[in-house]
Amino acid sequence: MSTKMINIKDLCVWFGEGQQRTQVLKNINLQIARGESFGLVGESGSGKSTILRTAMGLVEDYSGEISIDGINTRTGDYKALIRCAQMLFQDPYASLHPRFTVGQAITEVMKINAIDNHQQKMVDLLLSIGLTAEHQYRYPHELSGGQRQRVALARSLALEPDVLLLDEPTSALDASIQAEMLNLLNKLKQSLGLTYIIVSHDIAVVSYMCDRFAVMSQGKVVEILSREQLRSGDIQCEYTQKLIAASEY
Amino acid sequence: MSDVLAEISNLQISFKDENGVLRPAVRNLSLTLGREKLGIVGESGSGKSLTGRALVGVLPSGAHVSADRLVFDGVDLQKCSSKERRHLRGNRMGMILQDPKYSLNPIMPVGKQIIEALRVSKKMSKAKARDAVYQILEAVQIRDVQRVFKLYPHEVSGGMAQRIMIAMMLVREPDLLIADEPTSALDVTVQLSVLEILETLVEKRNMGLILISHDLGLVNHFCDRVLVMYAGRVVEELQANKLYEAKHPYTQGLLNCMPSINGSLGPLPVLDRDPNWLN
Ligand SMILES: Nc1ncnc2c1ncn2[C@@H]1O[C@H](COP(=O)(O)OP(=O)(O)OP(=O)(O)O)[C@@H](O)[C@H]1O
Ligand SMILES: Nc1ncnc2c1ncn2[C@@H]1O[C@H](COP(=O)(O)OP(=O)(O)OP(=O)(O)O)[C@@H](O)[C@H]1O
Ligand SMILES: [Mg+2]
Ligand SMILES: [Mg+2]
Repeated sequence: MSTKMINIKDLCVWFGEGQQRTQVLKNINLQIARGESFGLVGESGSGKSTILRTAMGLVEDYSGEISIDGINTRTGDYKALIRCAQMLFQDPYASLHPRFTVGQAITEVMKINAIDNHQQKMVDLLLSIGLTAEHQYRYPHELSGGQRQRVALARSLALEPDVLLLDEPTSALDASIQAEMLNLLNKLKQSLGLTYIIVSHDIAVVSYMCDRFAVMSQGKVVEILSREQLRSGDIQCEYTQKLIAASEY
Repeated sequence: MSDVLAEISNLQISFKDENGVLRPAVRNLSLTLGREKLGIVGESGSGKSLTGRALVGVLPSGAHVSADRLVFDGVDLQKCSSKERRHLRGNRMGMILQDPKYSLNPIMPVGKQIIEALRVSKKMSKAKARDAVYQILEAVQIRDVQRVFKLYPHEVSGGMAQRIMIAMMLVREPDLLIADEPTSALDVTVQLSVLEILETLVEKRNMGLILISHDLGLVNHFCDRVLVMYAGRVVEELQANKLYEAKHPYTQGLLNCMPSINGSLGPLPVLDRDPNWLN
């Protein structure tokens, strides 16, 4: 068993066909250890979501290799892959079926995975994300934006995965609820040894949550930094410097 | 042109719960908007989006709504026909909804959608409109605009979708724009240039802007005035540049909960929500 939980080797991704085929990721290499929290930051449109989606087997036109807990995204057992890893999509509507109530959305994934006592666990999850048992009867469109994002998070936690790929998990949340969600994620990580990739445009969130992070621009990783490097200003790449300077207003 | 662009007084919005009981989501909300940038911050679920949607007239179907006054530039919105409201919405008022991908037309390329928005207000030729769209996409810092022009909403990134929504609203040049978390998916450098465009337009058009955001730094920096909402109510009103001197314990708590680049790695402070805040 490799000590690396997530291995991304020389990943290139294209979208479109024929004349329109465009490369959006260029030779991405990332190794993420078991129990590590790894951040992805960078320019809007630089390919952060695409890395996560490709790792979950949702993108076809790619070269290179990705494995999660030793399971190859292309050739491995897909069921085992999604049992091990869950993704929280950037657009919460994409994680939630429009005709499932909140309660159904959460218990459904538990049933598929033969997790017992799902009714009680679902309510516990709702409470842990700052909602109430009554919210189980709502449909996704009957929630506020931040409530929808939290329900999508609860749904990805319901499968009790080892790896969580979180795409802007708190972008729709006010500071108080964001603090509660980040504390919850850290608590789960400590008790269950989860591995996270967290995409965020908020450098402060990344500095708080992540041991290391990659900075992306135009389909490439331009720099990988540790939290210590970020905090001591040990930054080489000009784009990263600009990003951090702009965060400090 | 009067100084008051929009006025809401005693707005109430409720929904029936699963037992058919009406539950309030917005209570006794009043606000007056001049030709200014008004920020609305507040807890997730506190009623920010519903308030904005009530003003432009796009509330969800199950909403029970009442207000003493709901006025836009002298027009009593509660007395308008749905046709008149639709007309206002397409022209003088605009709203950027919180979930951009959900509000774009999923089966039309994004460039075409901006062209439609543009031609409604400007009656220009197709070729001219296309060039104008390229320009506005570049202005919101989108790279490779000719490729992006042809993409469908599900093929653009989260932050690109937000910028496309902003572009669509801006080309219409409304008198009142309500922007619901318009930059929440943007990295800071892009965010700054998008806000600059908004700022220029607000000044040039002398328009009113309501910016709903959970980003306190942004609101502090960008807005003139801020309303703080909690559980369906306005709990505090401040000058935006005095946000950090907030008096209400909710607002103070909010400022405390934010992580910082050099902050401690221990658990973040969380709010102790006092039931008295509801009085
Ligand atoms: N299905 C698709 N078809 C065509 N192009 C796509 C598709 N999905 C993504 N792209 C393109 O790939 C690029 C990277 O998109 P991605 O969503 O990964 O960016 P991102 O870094 O997550 O941006 P953001 O921070 O704005 O969410 C963009 O140019 C986007 O238009
Ligand atoms: N269609 C609906 N049916 C029932 N309840 C609703 C509906 N739409 C909104 N609500 C409820 O009304 C309250 C206010 O919603 P609103 O969307 O205005 O919140 P918000 O302040 O914008 O929150 P966020 O920051 O999370 O977007 C929430 O508790 C929400 O669950
Ligand atoms: Mg993305
Ligand atoms: Mg909202």
